[in-house]
Amino acid sequence: MSKLNYDEIRDWYVSNFNTFENNLNGSLDVPFHKVRKSAIAKFEELGFPARRHEEWKYTNITPLLKEKLPLAGKSDRFSAADLAAYTFEGLEKNLLVFVNGQYSKELSNYKNTVDGVIIENLASALKNHSDLIADSLSQYANYDDEAFVALNTAYANDGLFIYVPDNAEVEAPLHLLHLSDSNDGAFFSNTRHLIVAGKNSRLKVVESHHGIGDAICFNNFVSEVVVMDNARVDHVKLQDEHSAAYHIYNLQAHQEKESVYSLVNIDIGGKLTRNNLNVALKAEHCEGHLIGFYMGSKKQHIDNHTAIDHAMPNCYSNEIYKGILGGKASGVFNGKIFVREDAQKTNAYQDNKALLLSDDAKVNTKPQLEIFADDVKCSHGATVGQLDEEAIFYLRSRGIPKEKAQSMMQYAFASDVFEYIPIESVREKIDHTIFERFKTL
Amino acid sequence: MSSEQQIIESRIKSEYKWGFTTDIDMETIPKGLNEDIVRLISAKKNEPEWMLEWRLKAFRHWLTMTEPRWPNVDIAPIDYQDAYYYAAPKQTEAPKSLDEVDPKLLETFEKLGISLEEQKRLTGVAVDAVMDSVSVATTFKDELAKHGIIFCSFSEAVQDHPELIKKYMGTVVPYTDNFFAALNSAVFTDGSFCYIPKGVRCPMELSTYFRINAANTGQFERTLIVAEPGSYVSYLEGCTAPMRDENQLHAAVVELIADRDAEIKYSTVQNWYPGDENGKGGIYNFVTKRGICLDDNAKISWTQVETGSAITWKYPSVILKGDNSVGEFYSVALTNNYQQADTGTKMIHVGKNTKSTIISKGISAGKSHNSYRGLVKIHKGAHNARNFSQCDSLLIGDRCGAHTFPYLEIEDKTAKVEHEATTSKIGEDQIFYCNQRGIGTEDAIGIIVNGYCKEVFKELPMEFAVEAQKLLAISLEGSVG
Repeated sequence: MSKLNYDEIRDWYVSNFNTFENNLNGSLDVPFHKVRKSAIAKFEELGFPARRHEEWKYTNITPLLKEKLPLAGKSDRFSAADLAAYTFEGLEKNLLVFVNGQYSKELSNYKNTVDGVIIENLASALKNHSDLIADSLSQYANYDDEAFVALNTAYANDGLFIYVPDNAEVEAPLHLLHLSDSNDGAFFSNTRHLIVAGKNSRLKVVESHHGIGDAICFNNFVSEVVVMDNARVDHVKLQDEHSAAYHIYNLQAHQEKESVYSLVNIDIGGKLTRNNLNVALKAEHCEGHLIGFYMGSKKQHIDNHTAIDHAMPNCYSNEIYKGILGGKASGVFNGKIFVREDAQKTNAYQDNKALLLSDDAKVNTKPQLEIFADDVKCSHGATVGQLDEEAIFYLRSRGIPKEKAQSMMQYAFASDVFEYIPIESVREKIDHTIFERFKTL
Repeated sequence: MSSEQQIIESRIKSEYKWGFTTDIDMETIPKGLNEDIVRLISAKKNEPEWMLEWRLKAFRHWLTMTEPRWPNVDIAPIDYQDAYYYAAPKQTEAPKSLDEVDPKLLETFEKLGISLEEQKRLTGVAVDAVMDSVSVATTFKDELAKHGIIFCSFSEAVQDHPELIKKYMGTVVPYTDNFFAALNSAVFTDGSFCYIPKGVRCPMELSTYFRINAANTGQFERTLIVAEPGSYVSYLEGCTAPMRDENQLHAAVVELIADRDAEIKYSTVQNWYPGDENGKGGIYNFVTKRGICLDDNAKISWTQVETGSAITWKYPSVILKGDNSVGEFYSVALTNNYQQADTGTKMIHVGKNTKSTIISKGISAGKSHNSYRGLVKIHKGAHNARNFSQCDSLLIGDRCGAHTFPYLEIEDKTAKVEHEATTSKIGEDQIFYCNQRGIGTEDAIGIIVNGYCKEVFKELPMEFAVEAQKLLAISLEGSVG
């Protein structure tokens, strides 16, 4: 692809910012609008990343740059009855629905029962809670060198603002359901979430992403998660978008003293997925978990870039990533662990495994440790292989057909990842979906 | 801890003992780099026209390239015009035997522990000694010739065996390969050439000893080793340089070609001057080393002990083209004070049933930075390729850094690739264990570090292994904390 296209499409997103501003209807005067403006300037400077960019070496986004995608419009194709296919048992009453990046009040079903907790779509929270938001929004997800974060920050309007005050516990897990409908044509949608968990608070969030249609949808997400002292946030993300979806997701988690943050990230859909998952352990005795599973077939491309930043001593991080690739799918895993000078007594573990099922599948793995402190325990392991022929033979010799034996082996390979999902009904449903999906590989 | 601290303080001023200079008449050409210099070097070496053409092509290509910035090292800008590209000890005629070699040169190598006298016959190592830009002497040539083995300086090979040089030079590392390989191809002055004919097992270790002596020079040598089908050779390389305040550039190219059933074992003990404890001076060691297993069942094994150089930037690689071919990489990289190392390997699997093993042990001490950067690439069709990599880092002191950048690119489902890495420091319990058995802390560190590197040392030829262990102990002196 020529350089021209990169520039041309970049300019399109820059010029379309005016249209976006015009549609904001009076939200132009919120203080955050200044940030948007500086972000679009930054985006103009950065442009879309080309493959010569080391972080984008294995992921080619040029197909996304073939069209000038308009901002997502509304869709009314989803009815409350349709949602049953996407919801989890027991979480139907804590449902927050986004269609094409916009909060849908009609489809959502949520009632706040905890004092002081704010759960509001970002567009209205920007007006109603501008002070609280100003403290955190765009304070963590840095857009200086990441074009998609810059783009997202510029177009940030809708998404969810979750604020849990000190000592509060949101017992029931929240379900953030993201739906895309590209039946009316290709589009660009932009969603921004901000989650702030105060001191000693507890929160569980489940995100899921689905879609219908066959035109391109370019879904650009940024989530910032702030976990204050001694708080715990459990985060689950399931991405099962339709086969023309480009899913770009930047997560920035920020942890304070003795906090725990756990993310289980599962990618089984979409045409191209790129996750940048960054967890910063910014105070002592934090615990961070990054657990992931991906599965690709046909020409799917799934790229997970993770970074765990040990900035302070005595923190623990645990990362497990597993992937299964069939068809002509390609996978990328890049796992960085930074241990800064002050971060003595760090204990960091990373393990990533990939299974290749077909001749045309491929995987590029780059686990990366950068260590500046000496009293640390850091280890990582990476393996790539195929299903064990002997184990399959064993199963077949006991009368289990080949396909079933393969599914069983794949399931055995993947299942310990699902154990990390803390909500039973979610775990069971995901578990089941994936087991069924093995047959399509 | 305080006693450990005292040991550090007392030993921190350990000196680089190879840092002397030899006062000898040198012949140099004007500073700077341009086509005329390239022509001059070629003329000095009395090279045939095709060689000059090749140099000029490389030089013109080099002009279009920029210095790589991706290694994880800090480099002060290099002024390529501010160096001499040719420096040679003055000798009127090429010496016909060792007796004619300037005694001062022999003394230099003697001082370095490399005796070129035939009495060293007992050790059974043939040496090609290279000082600055030219080869000083090659021992055991006649003995080797009996077996049909050619072992000589690169310049001699250009004169005496042009057909072999033409056939193989640049086939593994083309001059377009990278910035420093292009530079080397344009201005290389000497190096070693080694040819093992079909079915011959080289009866002794071959070795080249590189010595930088002149100031403000760069050393650019080329080594080319060709192992014909069914042959075997073990090759050693050692290097030192005087202590100087300015940085000197060393950009070498090494090409290994192993044909069907052939085996090449290449060992390096790299001990270029690393700079002083404040990071002043030292050699920039930017080397391109690559081997190719041309046909079935070939084997190439790289072993390296890297203790010197201010900055090391090298990735000895193997292209596993033949089926069932084997590539190995064993490395110990030690950095102290302000040294920086970005080193590792590339294993490119093309043939079926190819195997590679990577064992890398990094040790960082002082304020140094040590990175492992490696690529394992399994091409589509490289069925049943197998790789095992282990990259361990040991940190000594709290101001150093250890980094790992492994790239695994897998395009074949039958491949089995495993990568493991750990980073840790020397356990206090291990030191305590040694202490309570009457072993002092410094010796204990030595024992532990040597144990940590054992997997690599055992791959070295015996004389070198002993040398390497000593070297490690010296380089570590004063770093214990």
